[in-house]
Amino acid sequence: MLDQIHPLRHARTGFRILSLLFVLALSAGSADEKKIAVFSPAATYSITVIDRDGREYAGLLEMLEPLGKVSSIIDGPRWTLRYNQIDAEFTNGKKRARVAGHEFDLPANFLLENGRGLVPVASLNYLLPRILGTAVNFNPAARRFFIGNVAVHFTAQLTRTTPPRLVMTFTAPVNPTVATEPGHLRMTFNRQPLVAPGTPTLTFDDKTIPSATYSESNGLSEIAVNGTVPLMASFSNDGRTITVAPAPQQAVAPPTPAAAPAGTSPAGVAAAPNAPGAVPSAAPLAPRHFYAVIDAAHGGEDRGVTFNGKLTEKDVTLALARRLRQELESRGIPTLTLRDSDSNLTLDQRAIFANTAHPVVYIALHASAAGKGARIYTALLPSGGENNGPFVAWDTAQSAMLASSQATAQGVAAEFSRRQIQTRTLSAPLRPLNNVTSSAIAVEVAPPDTDVTDLTLPAYQQNIASAVASGIAAMRDRLGAPR
Amino acid sequence: MIPRHLLIAVGVMLLAVLVLGFYAGRVRNRANLPLPAAQDAGPVAPPASGPAERVTLYVAHDDAGVLRAHAANIPLPAARQQRAEELLRALLGAYLAKDSPHPLAPGSELRAVYLVDPGLAVIDLNSAFANGHRSGVLEEELTVTSIIQTLTANIPGILRVKILVDGHDRDTLAGHADLSDVYDANAVAQLAGQLQ
Repeated sequence: MLDQIHPLRHARTGFRILSLLFVLALSAGSADEKKIAVFSPAATYSITVIDRDGREYAGLLEMLEPLGKVSSIIDGPRWTLRYNQIDAEFTNGKKRARVAGHEFDLPANFLLENGRGLVPVASLNYLLPRILGTAVNFNPAARRFFIGNVAVHFTAQLTRTTPPRLVMTFTAPVNPTVATEPGHLRMTFNRQPLVAPGTPTLTFDDKTIPSATYSESNGLSEIAVNGTVPLMASFSNDGRTITVAPAPQQAVAPPTPAAAPAGTSPAGVAAAPNAPGAVPSAAPLAPRHFYAVIDAAHGGEDRGVTFNGKLTEKDVTLALARRLRQELESRGIPTLTLRDSDSNLTLDQRAIFANTAHPVVYIALHASAAGKGARIYTALLPSGGENNGPFVAWDTAQSAMLASSQATAQGVAAEFSRRQIQTRTLSAPLRPLNNVTSSAIAVEVAPPDTDVTDLTLPAYQQNIASAVASGIAAMRDRLGAPR
Repeated sequence: MIPRHLLIAVGVMLLAVLVLGFYAGRVRNRANLPLPAAQDAGPVAPPASGPAERVTLYVAHDDAGVLRAHAANIPLPAARQQRAEELLRALLGAYLAKDSPHPLAPGSELRAVYLVDPGLAVIDLNSAFANGHRSGVLEEELTVTSIIQTLTANIPGILRVKILVDGHDRDTLAGHADLSDVYDANAVAQLAGQLQ
């Protein structure tokens, strides 16, 4: 038996190494590498397009693997693929194929290369519905493949305010890469199945934001907002709304977290717009300085730890965040909370909103059933992350503030100890701590004893919140003023 | 007239070619078949070959929330990459044992360790390991630190560690411990010191 397993194991190990090298080579590939983006309810991914004899080919196995159970068998020139219960047969160098017992011709020969079955990209539009058994929509020019009803639509509306604001509302949360350049603000959607509006160019009859253009290519879609002044984008409504507005002039008003999905102190900024009509029209971009940003971890579909049938980490952290905000404000510390409802933010969004607010301290809240009391974490910085001049590496953005964060953690821990709450200070690979550019700590609250439901005790939560707030307040002189 | 012994020799060689060709074809087809799902909860047992060596496993203990260094004698092959794999399989075996101080999900398994670049180790774990892992900052941190510290303390020359799940990038282990970045071995060693 061992004699039979060993050759196969070596073959698997070799195949994995080759696969890894292949993946590394792909990731290091040129930016203009041809790709097909696949959007489906099960997964969003992209596969590489290969040119053979002037035609574009794609690996059929790679295309189907993220979508269901798939296997293939090579028998000489014949390549048989099984996806769930559907069999598809191809022959190397032949156009004729058979899917689920029905024969048809591909627009070009099927290719078998190193065990990979390659089909012409032009055949995917009618090949995949037969294999998947569901409707697909393929845009070959943009190389974007939609399986099922996953498309995200958007509307854009310009508010006639001073300054004007372009409010884009999406049918699902989006998280584009935003880049600004003179005259344009570009939002590139890598992973969202965004589809074109009725017309690719939207005009607004406005001097500041005259138009926006939608385009798509090589699996990506992009919205370019044209402006006569520098523009900035802000996210709200759990990523379903993007508001583009003129960037505030530094001399007049520093950047504000005006569109952060936040609950704020009474002295804080206006609430985030939930719909175009709710945009704070003509809201003055007054300087806002938050000393502390509170981030209740998890939320929405991300429940965090499920302690029992009903009690979840996201609910405990939200309750703690509200108490902590109250405690900080009662000590005269202006506070911004990133989440004040059962909504979710990505880790990147949390860091972006925190960094935009330029607080002195960022406090993430977690909850756990393990151990007792509280644990206070600072960032465990990952490897790499070179800073180039004014550009700071995202993964190690915390590096310059790590000593300050550790001092903050020690200050808060001292307050816990003073109240005889069991506490530990540790570093942790816990995002977004490493992405935050201010002092940043995470507090993980465990029950006072063995009963996890004690996490919901108002007195216990209040004691924890009060301890954190007192620790922060005691550190105020050392941490300095808001930037 | 061809000598008879030459005909016999050629015949034997042809037969050998046919048999080897048939065997090679079978091995190639089997390599393309999907791997059967793991049936047993334990990881693959270390091979019997290789002399038993004394290693240090950094084992997480949930009761105190700490890492403890445990000396163990396990058979290790000579090749560096296989040594790394057997080392981590021994660690996961300890976590999957009945009296585990830090239980992992049944079916948790190491798929492979790749030493693809001087100083970089890529640990590939299966989805049962990640999908069934308990959620929580400390629980996840103990697991990640235990694995990385055990590897780097026993296999010299590893400076950075990347963890994959089923060969793919993953954001977090179970909602907290970051798996998207590459771990710095020195930073993890310091963390292991904090956790002891």
